[in-house]
Amino acid sequence: MLRLDELLLTQGDFRLAADWQVPPGARIALIGPSGAGKSSLLAAIAGFYAPASGRVLWDGRDLTPLTPGERPLSILFQDQNLFPHLTLAENLGLGLRPALRLTPGERARVTEALDRVGLTGMGARRPAQLSGGQVSRAALARVLLRARPLLLLDEPFAALGPALKQEMLALVAEVAGDTGATVLMVTHDPRDALEFAALTVIVAGGLAAAPQPTAALFADPPAVLRDYLGHRQ
Amino acid sequence: MAGGAVALGAGALALVLLPLGAVAFHAGGLSLSGPDLAALRFTLTQAALSALISVTLAVPVARALARRRFPGRGLLITLMGAPFLLPVIVAVLALVTVFGRAGWLNSLGAAVGLPPVPVYGLHGVLLAHVFLNLPLAVRMILQGWLAVPSERFRLAESLGFCPADIFRHIERPMLREVLPGALATVFAICLTSFAVALTLGGGPAATTLELAIYQAVRFEFDLSHAAGLALIQTGLGAAAALAAWHLTRESGFGAGMDRPLATRAPGGWRRAGDVLVLVLAGGFLLLPLAALVTRGLPGLADLPWSVAEAALRSITVALLSALIAVSAGLSLALAVARGGPRWLELAAVLPLAASGLVLGTGLFLLIQPVLPPPRLALPVTLLVNTLMTLPFVFRLLLPEARALEAGYGRLAASLGLRGFARLRLLVLPRLARPLGFCAGLAAALSMGDLGVIALFATGREVTLPLLVQQLMGSYRTGAAAGAALVLVSLSFALFWIFDAGGRRASPR
Repeated sequence: MLRLDELLLTQGDFRLAADWQVPPGARIALIGPSGAGKSSLLAAIAGFYAPASGRVLWDGRDLTPLTPGERPLSILFQDQNLFPHLTLAENLGLGLRPALRLTPGERARVTEALDRVGLTGMGARRPAQLSGGQVSRAALARVLLRARPLLLLDEPFAALGPALKQEMLALVAEVAGDTGATVLMVTHDPRDALEFAALTVIVAGGLAAAPQPTAALFADPPAVLRDYLGHRQ
Repeated sequence: MAGGAVALGAGALALVLLPLGAVAFHAGGLSLSGPDLAALRFTLTQAALSALISVTLAVPVARALARRRFPGRGLLITLMGAPFLLPVIVAVLALVTVFGRAGWLNSLGAAVGLPPVPVYGLHGVLLAHVFLNLPLAVRMILQGWLAVPSERFRLAESLGFCPADIFRHIERPMLREVLPGALATVFAICLTSFAVALTLGGGPAATTLELAIYQAVRFEFDLSHAAGLALIQTGLGAAAALAAWHLTRESGFGAGMDRPLATRAPGGWRRAGDVLVLVLAGGFLLLPLAALVTRGLPGLADLPWSVAEAALRSITVALLSALIAVSAGLSLALAVARGGPRWLELAAVLPLAASGLVLGTGLFLLIQPVLPPPRLALPVTLLVNTLMTLPFVFRLLLPEARALEAGYGRLAASLGLRGFARLRLLVLPRLARPLGFCAGLAAALSMGDLGVIALFATGREVTLPLLVQQLMGSYRTGAAAGAALVLVSLSFALFWIFDAGGRRASPR
């Protein structure tokens, strides 16, 4: 279970506070105006960014002393989720062993993961030889192999078209279902939140509010969310 | 990783500051009068004139290259990068072959009854410095031209600007930005150029500070005098290096010298002028090298056996110094790119402030009480060559390391990729191309360097550049030209092997 314990992020004028916890296996959308700190919050949970005060806890254990690679999570960025000079199989292999000296059993698992996301037989290709959707699939295959209990998505599908994005979210749901992972997803699109996440965190005005049921939130949006969505909705 | 870089940075700082400290400590016996004052004056005069002439001549050449397209243009620009790798002693020998007393030009003059023009003294030093630095100045200024957005030239064209208007509104402001950096860079290089002064200077009228240091160590055995001169040289060198560092943004040997022509090049006499400028510049740069080849090829036959030994010694020093400089430069660049302490950057570029000969003098002072310095001639040469190439390597690798960190730092961290695995799977493959280029550069610079070794070596432990200088000094010009040919071939071969290796290993 993820818990943010009086977490406070600061950088220059920027400030963001969060104090809440997330039920295990939940899928949560982070929504709010740009610059409000959605990505910074993910970066702090992932360990790229030290909080000014407060703690990030996983199952009661303080993650602060852990490096990003040691934390019980996988993260997907907006882009650069694969190393362009390595093949897909090598990129996936990094999820099992960073030194990339794989046993035959581990190699078989890489092949299996490629099959699972619909990239059968593409292990020898490099990212530049793939379409945007295929790159996303490969990154999700690595998430599958790492099998960490928390998955952070920092808009990895923002560059994909609507149909492809939906397909990827469905795949995320599958992967997360397989591993029982909790998912935190940054998004700009209310539809993503409604379709994918039962809970939503509004990040605005220096505060990341506690997760609330998405459907209810959008049925009767509070003022900050109304400002963000605009008046047509 | 970070701890290693900190230790390396501290080591590099110590290796520069300790010799400088020794110099400062021993500096006595300084009489800023007579010969010393003359040396100071000559050093400044020749550096200022060299910078002024090189940069003035470089402007029309750069403009011609910027606005004309012709077959062989790319080759000519590549060639402009070559003098940076050309061992100075080879350039000097090539110039003597053309401009020397028995050279092509004076023979031609004698045939029509002109008195011989000597190549030694101030004009010899200037000639060599312009030959070596004109190409660098051309490349720096050409980059300025190519950095002007093509829209600005198109706008000028749509407004009906004539060439004079273009000069006034576009080219002159650009030159005002670029020229101070080019002047300062060439000035700083010429301030510390030892090999040229050693071979073409000399005598009361043409002795630089560095040459005076060398003479004080080798012939007067007056170390405190040498240290005093070295202290002045350090002050000047540091000030010039600092100025050059601040005034330049581009290093002058980057890629990106090609893009579609931004504007219609003016025709008529301007076209003829550009052709003339390019032919003259090309001739000035290529003729001496051609002369060296014609002179050196027959000389290859009567090369002494010592050439092979000296070559082997030089190659060993070059390879080791390239390996150390590139490893240290990479480690420091990665640490700085990952937000390491700021002083690491200073540690990597500090050697620029000292000259090789000054560091050599300091090391001489440190070693002398313990051991006879000639015993350590090669290790000291290796150390100084490594230190002197470190700033170049660091400066070339830092932007690459920053880009690597920005692009893949978080991904690598999130996957737990670090230590040796990070180096093997991420850093080496992504940076193969710049690493190969840097290793080639460091090896070629070290191979051709004639500085500290002249200060330390007695008799047997000579490197190839020193051997060329000795052969030249004993008037065995044919053998000297042959050995110079061997030296320049080895330097370029080393550069090419590493550079091509890096390109081949690069994933892009």
